[in-house]
Amino acid sequence: MSEIPPKQEGDPNTTGHSWDGIEEFDNPMPRWWLWTFYATIVWGIGYVIAYPAWPLVSSATAGLLGYSTRGEVAVEIAAVEEANAGINAELAAAELTEVSANTELNTYAVSAGAAVFRTWCAQCHGSGAAGFVGYPNLLDDAWLWGGDIEAIYTTIAHGIRNEDDPDARFSIMPAYGEIFSEEEIAQVVNYAMTLSGRTPQDASLVEPGSALFADNCAACHGDNGLGNTELGAPNLSDAIWLYGGDYDTLIETVTYSRYGVMPPWTQRLSEAEIRAVALYVHQLGGGE
Amino acid sequence: MSILTKHKAIETNATLLLVLSFLVVSIGGLVQIVPLFYLENTIEEVEGMRPYSPLELAGRDIYIREGCYVCHSQMIRPMRDEVERYGHYSLAAESMYDHPFQWGSKRTGPDLARVGGRYSDDWHIDHLRNPKSVVPESIMPPYGFLERTLIDGEYIGDLMQTHAIVGVPYTEEMLAEARADFRAQADPDSDFDGLLERYPGAQVRNFDNAPGISEADALIAYLQMLGTLVDFSTFTPDASR
Repeated sequence: MSEIPPKQEGDPNTTGHSWDGIEEFDNPMPRWWLWTFYATIVWGIGYVIAYPAWPLVSSATAGLLGYSTRGEVAVEIAAVEEANAGINAELAAAELTEVSANTELNTYAVSAGAAVFRTWCAQCHGSGAAGFVGYPNLLDDAWLWGGDIEAIYTTIAHGIRNEDDPDARFSIMPAYGEIFSEEEIAQVVNYAMTLSGRTPQDASLVEPGSALFADNCAACHGDNGLGNTELGAPNLSDAIWLYGGDYDTLIETVTYSRYGVMPPWTQRLSEAEIRAVALYVHQLGGGE
Repeated sequence: MSILTKHKAIETNATLLLVLSFLVVSIGGLVQIVPLFYLENTIEEVEGMRPYSPLELAGRDIYIREGCYVCHSQMIRPMRDEVERYGHYSLAAESMYDHPFQWGSKRTGPDLARVGGRYSDDWHIDHLRNPKSVVPESIMPPYGFLERTLIDGEYIGDLMQTHAIVGVPYTEEMLAEARADFRAQADPDSDFDGLLERYPGAQVRNFDNAPGISEADALIAYLQMLGTLVDFSTFTPDASR
């Protein structure tokens, strides 16, 4: 055990505590520390006055600055909307077919549309708009419901086969499993494969399949399977297949039918945003 | 200095020190927490909120069971970038029937507070089966087993009873009809008028497009209603909250 040195002349006072004979000098706090401490107290008082702080009976004190997180986000959003208000109004009023001629408006629309696309459309159509099985590729020139700017706009605004918008594009292919026998489905699928210039699995079924196709399928898909964008009937004569074009997938498609659903966007996006994303999609490569 | 001289009594009596410390900490806690329960401007009343329907509640249980909250938050913060991406910022009242709430604090995946109606049921099925089939950059694991696991809602009444104990206003009628409502919501051919009366805005359809009620039906029913109950076209939030 070390010896406790006796208190000497000139030593500061002790705190007065004595623990087993150990005493503690009562040195003053460092000056910088003390002033920092006082400054935090002053700042605290100022903060309580300036910002919402003390809970009272029905609400907390509002603070002199009138700050609120909700108010702040409303101001931020209003500022961006105001900055874009002019060009958005111009876009909402413009003839869709003439926007591409107006370089400034078109540049704005395409970049604004790209942002809308990445937020709302990319989950189904892919961040690069190449689509997935069941979700159409927007980069190519095959369009189910038409690929000119007006048609794309209508599709985006009202959606496809949804129950939320009375103007949604609508058509449903019957499930031929309930209408045809398995034999007949095989016939019509074998015929359909010849439409895109492929070798059918069983050439003997093509002939009866042709008659079935003319009576049942041609009304929507057209006599030569070229499709009909009025009805969202896909072109069967090209190599583009939304759900897959191999024999087994086609059998499944004809038996159970398939149809995709797209929500209407008028309820979520502004007119300018819908136009912007329509213009963005139109210029991706396949726009007509 | 008279108080300071008594300091020794506190420092040399551990029990007294403990009691007084507890008192000090309690005051701090009470001042911060208690006002949240009575201040009018923290308890926002909004129209449209209703307890979860039986099928949605079952889906919510699956959501919790599978740990979806580990990667997905359900809390849109009041910031412009979040509002632009996810929609109107979340209101406290929107989780009033959540026990426990699913706000979360980590987003490996996107926020789901307003995912309802954003995607089709088919998309959800594709995405649960294999998330990469619709989002190639996703690292979410597949949950295809959900649509293969059929559920019959055997304990849904008990679950609702438990939620009622912690304050969710399930009525006697709701509890009595729990199982019937559970089945009705996944069957568009059922008699679901009672269900819609008890749970306004509930979506009735065969969510997974397959026979029977699967866990995927319940989960999708839950996801498709998330964030859809409050009509923001008629609701104006008070800026001072």
